[in-house]
Amino acid sequence: MKARKIKEKIIESILLASSSITSITVLLIVVFLFSQGVSLFGDSTVEKGSVMAVNKNNPVKELTGSQIKEIFDQNVVYWNEIGGKKDTIILFRIDDIGNYYSDEEIGENFEGLSECVSRLVDSIPGILAYFPEKYLSKNFKGKVLPLEKVSLKTLFKGKEWFPSAQPAAQIGAMPLILGTLWVSLGAILLALPLGLATAVYMSDIAHGKVRRVMKPLIELLAGIPSVVYGFFGLIVIVPLVQQVFNLPVGETALSGSIVLGIMALPTIITVSEDAMRNTPRAMKEASLALGATKWQTIYRVVIPCSASGITAGAILGIGRAIGETMAVLMVTGNAAVIPHTILEPVRTIPATIAAELGEAAQGGLHFKALFALGCILFIITLIINLLVESISASNKHKSH
Amino acid sequence: MNKLESIDLNLYYSDFHALKNVSMAVKANTVAALIGPSGCGKSTYLRTFNRMNDLIDNVKIDGGVLLDGKDIYDKAVVTDELRKQVGMVFQKPNPFPKSIYENVAYGLRVNGINNKKILDESVEKSLQQSALWDEVKDKLKKSAFELSGGQQQRLCIARALAIEPTVILMDEPASALDPISTSKIEELIYELKKKYTIVIVTHNMQQAGRVSDYTAFFYMGSLIEYGETKEIFTNPKNQQTQNYITGRFG
Repeated sequence: MKARKIKEKIIESILLASSSITSITVLLIVVFLFSQGVSLFGDSTVEKGSVMAVNKNNPVKELTGSQIKEIFDQNVVYWNEIGGKKDTIILFRIDDIGNYYSDEEIGENFEGLSECVSRLVDSIPGILAYFPEKYLSKNFKGKVLPLEKVSLKTLFKGKEWFPSAQPAAQIGAMPLILGTLWVSLGAILLALPLGLATAVYMSDIAHGKVRRVMKPLIELLAGIPSVVYGFFGLIVIVPLVQQVFNLPVGETALSGSIVLGIMALPTIITVSEDAMRNTPRAMKEASLALGATKWQTIYRVVIPCSASGITAGAILGIGRAIGETMAVLMVTGNAAVIPHTILEPVRTIPATIAAELGEAAQGGLHFKALFALGCILFIITLIINLLVESISASNKHKSH
Repeated sequence: MNKLESIDLNLYYSDFHALKNVSMAVKANTVAALIGPSGCGKSTYLRTFNRMNDLIDNVKIDGGVLLDGKDIYDKAVVTDELRKQVGMVFQKPNPFPKSIYENVAYGLRVNGINNKKILDESVEKSLQQSALWDEVKDKLKKSAFELSGGQQQRLCIARALAIEPTVILMDEPASALDPISTSKIEELIYELKKKYTIVIVTHNMQQAGRVSDYTAFFYMGSLIEYGETKEIFTNPKNQQTQNYITGRFG
């Protein structure tokens, strides 16, 4: 008697332990993701240990990351373009010091360098000096610009993703978010009609035999590794898109959409086919007994009855498309620019993370920015899952 | 003339011989009850009259089923057209997840009738025929699922009547209902007989006795005895019929 009780206790605690481990793991991953992602905010896009300084009479008080990039790319050449006087911007990097001062003034071991930089900034009204913090002298005569902190605005308003840019990293996530949404939307537009048609065919029209062959085939489609899809897309679909639309490159959002659409098909078909097959037989019989044809029964009874299942299938399909990494990485061309048509290369969030995490220094801005992207992706898929939940919940409510 | 008739009807589900040489006829404007133990083939037989068995894979039929003297298994017959003449009410109330109004109008809509006036008239007439009008006339737009089980079944009858069939098949229409709803359905059958020919499958012997003019006793896929209900219940010719009616088996 006692032995049995102990045994049950042991089993119980094993079960408890397993479920706690699972829950804790999930929580840990989410906490880790967000702690890394959120630590991005408060960092500066300008490399640590560097200083941006201007002449003390320059009215400009602050430069944003994108302004710095524009200046260094020489797209902005006058101070008045960014709220200053009508001076030409004179860029100064520490390597340029030899152009202004002799070696004697700088000193053999750069002991005079700080002083030179200070004097230089003071003497040129239009200067923008970018130099290591260690050459900032104690009685610096210029004005050190405060470094812009990364905020949600930087992430969502920025139009460029170039996290390794010098001196200011560009971490606008919008091109990637839009790329992800474009590719997924295209995928779903392609997959939904095809998937629904197949589901209707399998649930209500195909003979038992056909269905028994088709269903495992379609489920097999879900089991193919995504890298194989990517390979297939690269070899077959990319050249096809390039030829059909006569493009310079075939790696476009459209190619990604086609590959993802194929990958989302099994989810859409199986989920919506199950919903259609779960339409009560009595409903179908009632409709047929009233003289409705097979097709009338399908669109007046079967589809309305399984509407929530169909929606759930579609949303799960989108979810799969949004999170997909490998296949998209291989066929979309990976250009981090805001797409204007689906015939341009785009880059998705998962593909960006996969491609760049290896080259991002751990703990650096780039690294944290990738985690912030992960957080965005997580939130998107979370919303999708919640949508599915609420739809299937409302379905249960309706059928009772 | 006989409204419905079957001649040497055999039906097979794959290898299973479900109906064996069934020959019987139903006169117009009468109620014929089909009785027998579970699995005897009475529901299968009922479903041959509107070809609902066609929906099941591997069903094979030979012999003839005649409606107004015409074979309904003839190649020229379109099943949708046939089912507009032969309405059906099922065992469990099975309204569509639509409004009361749309449930009754369904049969007309699938026939391409969308004229609101015609629909309104037909819905009212059908609901009155099925004795449901007074209970639902103020809530036609409400979901059919808000009705009680008995009301739902009368709604299903109204739905079948709306397409103006000449025959109504009923597959144990009161088996899922309480006694009060059951008696309402039985009264309704009595009323409907004036306009329609009714074939009803029932497990309830008293019900068969109350509502039907003719009764057919099925056993193991064969029609054992068929005759006037009074005769069958008071003076059955076959021993098996006698045993079943007196409750010795089944």
